[in-house]
Amino acid sequence: MTGESKAKVNISALRTLVMPLPGCPGCQHPTIGRIIANVLEDMELDGSAMIVTGIGCNSAVGMLNVDCVIGSHGGAPDMATALKRLHPDNLVFTVQGDGDCIAIGAGSFIGALTRAEMITIIMCNNANYGTTGGQLAPTTLMGQVTTTTPEGRNLAMGGYPVHVPELAATFKGVAYSARGALTGPANYQRTKRYIARAFQKQVDKIGLSVVEVLSACPPNWHLSPVESLAWIEEKMIPEFPLGEFKNVDVID
Amino acid sequence: MAERILAQGNEAVGWGALSAGCDGFFGYPITPQNEIPEWFSRELPKRGKVFVQSQSETGAVMMLYGGAAGGSRVMTSTASPGWGLMQEGLSHLAAAELPCVIVLVQRGGPGQGSVQHAQMDYLAVTRSGGGGGYKNISLAPASVQEIHDMVQLAFHLADKYCNPAIVLSDGILGLVAETLEIKTLDFGPLPEKDWALLGRDRQKDGQRRYIHSYPSGAPPRGGYVNYVPWLEHMGQKYQQMAEAEVRYEGYRLEDAELVLVAYGYVSRVCKEAVNAARSDGIKVGLVRPITLWPFPYQVLKDAVGRGCRFLAVEDSLGLMVEDVRVAAEGRAEVHFLGLLSRHLPTGTGMILPGRVLKEIRRLS
Repeated sequence: MTGESKAKVNISALRTLVMPLPGCPGCQHPTIGRIIANVLEDMELDGSAMIVTGIGCNSAVGMLNVDCVIGSHGGAPDMATALKRLHPDNLVFTVQGDGDCIAIGAGSFIGALTRAEMITIIMCNNANYGTTGGQLAPTTLMGQVTTTTPEGRNLAMGGYPVHVPELAATFKGVAYSARGALTGPANYQRTKRYIARAFQKQVDKIGLSVVEVLSACPPNWHLSPVESLAWIEEKMIPEFPLGEFKNVDVID
Repeated sequence: MAERILAQGNEAVGWGALSAGCDGFFGYPITPQNEIPEWFSRELPKRGKVFVQSQSETGAVMMLYGGAAGGSRVMTSTASPGWGLMQEGLSHLAAAELPCVIVLVQRGGPGQGSVQHAQMDYLAVTRSGGGGGYKNISLAPASVQEIHDMVQLAFHLADKYCNPAIVLSDGILGLVAETLEIKTLDFGPLPEKDWALLGRDRQKDGQRRYIHSYPSGAPPRGGYVNYVPWLEHMGQKYQQMAEAEVRYEGYRLEDAELVLVAYGYVSRVCKEAVNAARSDGIKVGLVRPITLWPFPYQVLKDAVGRGCRFLAVEDSLGLMVEDVRVAAEGRAEVHFLGLLSRHLPTGTGMILPGRVLKEIRRLS
């Protein structure tokens, strides 16, 4: 079989993935969308789910066959707050980029965590602003060259990378926080479990859940898709360790 | 029988919202409208409805975006600095064609300005404060009862046009207490919100809903797969609103040679001045715009045709007067009495009837 026909078979197997999610060659945002589709179907939540995306490449997940509202840049947790409070029986989650979530949307993100909203936040970390052409993000690595850190990120130009699930874990209203990657089958399966557990925390009404996923951005990293995976393994994971940072069944 | 109570204007917002079946209120504290979120925090949860104190006005308006996308009747309130923070969200709501109500209790600006009343947000409200040149119906009540009634009307018009609607109050109307008759107003049938998010399998047609603030090809609102046809649709909607929704009150206009134009608390000041001038035999009347957008240009144009002159009175350095000049088209005198004519030089100063009367006499 050719690669093309395999793709068709795989896509048609998921009722929520009715068309290929758009992305540059080697971009892993569509892969994250595919995992979300898979988990929603495994948990039989796709028919009651509401997606709120941010603005950026992450909004491609809006192509899933699930009720969805495309947000403003950074406001997705606010929108999800209102949707969940008004529709407490629906699964409500955001899909956001790193800049969307923790730069322009930091207030919205922290606000939702502080109020212990019963929502799930999925943040795609590609260490730069992908949609706008590769500028400095809060998650850009030290020394990483971006279009607004031409000499590489340094302390004077942009401080240090921010660690979102670790930060989220310090909030009492957060039931679950984790970081996954998609650099191989094992990490792929682990990330899928993280997202499933995050949704389950919401279904069980335990508390807010946050999952960060490291996501390749080959065009802006000026690397091939394969080199990008190696870059995640060698550079990103040491800065952004994978695993669960919080997983509680009761918040008292 | 309708219930009659003594209520502040800010509380009347809440009673009006309840009468309109408001599902959720999202807001942030700011003077002089704090009684509004406080009222909702007391009254909504015990009725099984949603109150959230947001982390900012930016957050509050984004909560409206989410809540409205789910088909709920949602609202917020703010004062002038918060209005600025809401503009990005308001632009998204207008573009996504989502209904919501925002009550703006004006205070003095710019910047921190003062925490007392003023009428300095007229242009920011009527001229698309966020990017993109969208339009919002803006209602200007002049009493506690009208605040209650116009919050309900705002919900109706928002749903009718799938568009945000604004109720423009001010620090005096918000804090004054008057008799309020609580009653549910019926403005007629509304279209079904078949575009709202419910969860795909709960949609009548089993098709997922997809809402965003750019040209949409998604059913059931689709068809605008390109930018210009989408804007053409929006423009037609704004035109329809401008033609169908103009509201104003004409007061003692029949033989008036001088026409005052004023809205909100200042319109009540002007009514007193008009009555006093009339008892002196001066032929003066008042046009009170109730919708600031769409502005009642035609009634002023008719007055131009009768040879009237205008005196715009507003508690600002001159904002609404620009619309009066548009209506006059250079064919009638337009005079202005503004904030510099307050009785005190402080934030609490007001334009009083005696000062307006003096101006009427000067012009007569």
